[in-house]
Amino acid sequence: MIEREGDFGKIIEEERTMLTRIVSGLRYLGQGMRLMVGMPEYSTYVTHMHHAHPDRPVMSYEEFFRERQEARYGGNGKVTRCC
Amino acid sequence: MNTFIRKLGWFAFAAAGAFAFAVVALNRGEAIGALWIVIATVCVFTIGYRFYSRFIASKVLGLNPTRMTPAYKHNDGLDYVPTNKYVLFGHHFAAIAGAGPLVGPILAAQMGYLPSMLWLLAGVVLAGAVQDFIVLFISTRRDGRSLGDLIKSEMGQLPGMIALFGTFFIMLVLLAVLALIVVKALAESPWGTFTVAATIPIALFMGIYARYIRPGSIGEVSLIGFVLLILSIVGGQYVQEIPPLAALFTLTGEQLTWLLIGYGFIASVMPVWLLLAPRDYLSTFLKIGTVVSLAIGVLIISPELKMPALTQFVDGSGPVWSGSLFPFLFITVACGAISGFHSLISSGTTPKMIRNERDARFIGYGAMLMESFVAIMALVAASTIEPGVYFAMNSPAAIIGTTAESAAQTISQWGFHVTPEMITQTARDVGEHTVISRTGGAPTLAVGMAQILSDVLGGQAMMAFWYHFAILFEALFILTAVDAGTRAGRFMLQDLLGSFIPFMKRTDSITANLIATSVCVAGWGYFLYQGVVDPLGGINTLWPLFGISNQMLAGIALVLCSCVLFKMKQDRFAWVTILPAIWVFVCTLTAAWQKIFDANPRIGFLAHANKYKEAVTEGTVLAPAKSIGQMQQVIFNDYINASLAALFMLVLISMLAFGIRTALRARALGTPTAREAPFELLPVEVVSRT
Repeated sequence: MIEREGDFGKIIEEERTMLTRIVSGLRYLGQGMRLMVGMPEYSTYVTHMHHAHPDRPVMSYEEFFRERQEARYGGNGKVTRCC
Repeated sequence: MNTFIRKLGWFAFAAAGAFAFAVVALNRGEAIGALWIVIATVCVFTIGYRFYSRFIASKVLGLNPTRMTPAYKHNDGLDYVPTNKYVLFGHHFAAIAGAGPLVGPILAAQMGYLPSMLWLLAGVVLAGAVQDFIVLFISTRRDGRSLGDLIKSEMGQLPGMIALFGTFFIMLVLLAVLALIVVKALAESPWGTFTVAATIPIALFMGIYARYIRPGSIGEVSLIGFVLLILSIVGGQYVQEIPPLAALFTLTGEQLTWLLIGYGFIASVMPVWLLLAPRDYLSTFLKIGTVVSLAIGVLIISPELKMPALTQFVDGSGPVWSGSLFPFLFITVACGAISGFHSLISSGTTPKMIRNERDARFIGYGAMLMESFVAIMALVAASTIEPGVYFAMNSPAAIIGTTAESAAQTISQWGFHVTPEMITQTARDVGEHTVISRTGGAPTLAVGMAQILSDVLGGQAMMAFWYHFAILFEALFILTAVDAGTRAGRFMLQDLLGSFIPFMKRTDSITANLIATSVCVAGWGYFLYQGVVDPLGGINTLWPLFGISNQMLAGIALVLCSCVLFKMKQDRFAWVTILPAIWVFVCTLTAAWQKIFDANPRIGFLAHANKYKEAVTEGTVLAPAKSIGQMQQVIFNDYINASLAALFMLVLISMLAFGIRTALRARALGTPTAREAPFELLPVEVVSRT
C-alpha cells in the first residue's frame, strides 16, 4: 500500500516536471520569437538592474520597448539582417 | 562496447547518406523524389556538424567553457544579455536568413539540380558554416566588436577602411538586386501589387497600435497584422477581377521602379516605430513560418524532381544567366553555401548575447547549416516545376519572345518538352495573366511552393492563394531589407565621408542625413533602373555582380579568420580557413575578370559596350535603347558595371596582400599576438549552472 502511494507520488512528480518542462519550453519559444525581432527579455533586464545597479532608475516596459526598437532600427549602421 | 555501438551508428548514418547520394546522382531518366535529397542533406549536415565543427571547436579554436563572455562582462540587460543557446540560435538564424539563399539556387537550377546541390552541401560544411562560426568566435573573444573593428585591430587601419568601403558597395548592389526581384514579381500583376501595397497601411496601423494603443505588445500586434495580410491576399483576387481597380494596380516595371525608389527614400527617413519595426515583425515571423511549412510540405509529399540532374547549360549558354559552371555556379548559388554578409551578423548582436563560448559552435555553425537547408528547399521547389515552364518563367523576352507560342517553340528546341497550353495553364493556376519572363526567382519559387503547399493543403483551388502568399512573403522581407539597408548604408556613408568632410559624420544633422540617404537611394536606384530596362532581364547583370560582391566579403572574412589563426599560433590548423579562402578568391576573381573582359557580350561588360559602340558608328539602334542617346547610356552603364567589378577585384586583392603581410608578421614572432580581450574566468556560479 505504502509502496503504491510512493509510485503515485512519483507519477505526480514526473507529471509535474513534464509540465514545468512544457511551460519553460513555451517561455523560451516566446523569448526566442521576441528576440528574433530584437526584443530581449524585459524581466531579465529588471532583475539585472535590481542586482547590479539598485541605485539607478529602471525603465518601464514601455520605455524599454522604445529604447530597444530605436537601438535595433535607429540607423546606427548596425546590419541586423542579411541578403 | 558503448563506443563500438556509437561508431556503428555513425557508420550506418554515413551509409544511409551515401545511398541517398547515389540515388540522387546516379539516377538517369526516371524522376526521383525530393525526399532523397533531404536525406542526403540531413546526413551530410549531421556528420559535418558532429565531426568537423567539433574538430574546429576543440582543436582549431580551443573553445574554453570557463572563459568570460561579453554577455556577462558587459551585462546591461539590453545589448549584452546572457541568453539561452536555443533562443539565441533563433535570433541568429532569423538575422542571417533572407532572400539570397532562396533566389540563388532557383537561378542556378538552369544547370540542373545536381551542381547546386553538391556545392550547397560541400560549400556550407567546409566554407560557409566555418566562416560564420569562426567570425562569431573571434568577435565573442573581443567584446562583440564588429567586422570592421576586428579587421582594423588585427590587420591594420587601412585594410579596415578598405573593407568598410567594399561593404558599402555590396549594400548598394544588394539593395538594387533585391528591389529588382520585387519589381519583376509585381510588374503587370494587380493581385500581387495590391497585396504588397496593402502591407504599408497594415504596417502603419501596427506601428501606431504597438506604440500608443497597446505599447510593446509584439505578439498581439503581429497576429493582428497577419490576419490583415491574409485578408489582403484574399482581397487582391477581387481587385484583379474588378477592371477599374485592376487597372490601378497594373503597373509596368518602370513605374514600379520609381515607386520603389520613392518608397525607399521616404521609408528610410520615417521614424522606425511607424513602418520599419512593425513590418520587420511581420516579415520575420512570416519568413520563419513559411520556411518551416515548406520543409514540412516537402517531407510530407516528397514531390518528384522534374528538372534533370544536369542540363546542357553547364557550358554557359543558359538563358537565365550566362557564364559557365565554373566560376558562375558558385557566384550564383551564393548565400546558401557561403555568404560574406553573415560575417557582419556574426560580429553584430549575436556575440554580445552568447552565454558561453562553447555555444558558438551550435549557433555559428548550426544556424548556417539550417540556412543551407533552406537553400536546398528552394532548389527542390524550383526542380519540381516542369523544366519547360521553369525556362519560360526565367528566360528574358529577348530570347523566348512574349507569347506562349514563341516561348514554347524556343524552349522545345532546347529539348525541354513544353506546350503553349502548359504555360498558359500555369498562369491560370496561380491567378496571373502571364508567367512568361517572370525572372528574378521569386515567382518561380512561388509557383514551386504553391504546387507543394496546395498538395498539402487546399488542393488546386488554393494554388493561386499560395502563389500570392509566397510572393507577399518574399516582397515583404525584401521591402524591409530595402528600408533597413538604406538606413545602414546611409550610416556607413556618413562614417566614410565623415573621415574627409567632418560635417557628414553628424548623424543628428537632418541635412547630413538627407544627403547621405539621397546618395544611397540614388546609388541602388541607378542599378535597379538599369536592370529593369535591360532586355536580358537585369538579373543577368545584377545577380552576378551581387554574387561577386557577397563572395568578396566572404573572402575578406576568411582572410581575417586565417590571420587570427596565425596570430593565435595555430598555424598548423590555418588550412581550415585558408582552403575555403583560396576557393572563394579563385571563383570571385575569375568571375569578376570574365564579367569585365569576356569576349561574349552576354557575359563581358566591355564586349557588350563594344557591340553598342559599333552599332552607334553604323548608326543602328539596338534594344532596349530607342535612340542614339540611349545607346550612349547603355555604353555608360556597361563601363560603370565593369568598374564596379574591377573595384571588387581590387578590394579583394589588396585584402589578400594585407592578410599575407599580417600572417608573415605573426609567424615571425614566437608568441601569440591575437588581440583578444584579456582572459577572465566566467563567474563561478555561472560555470556551475551551465
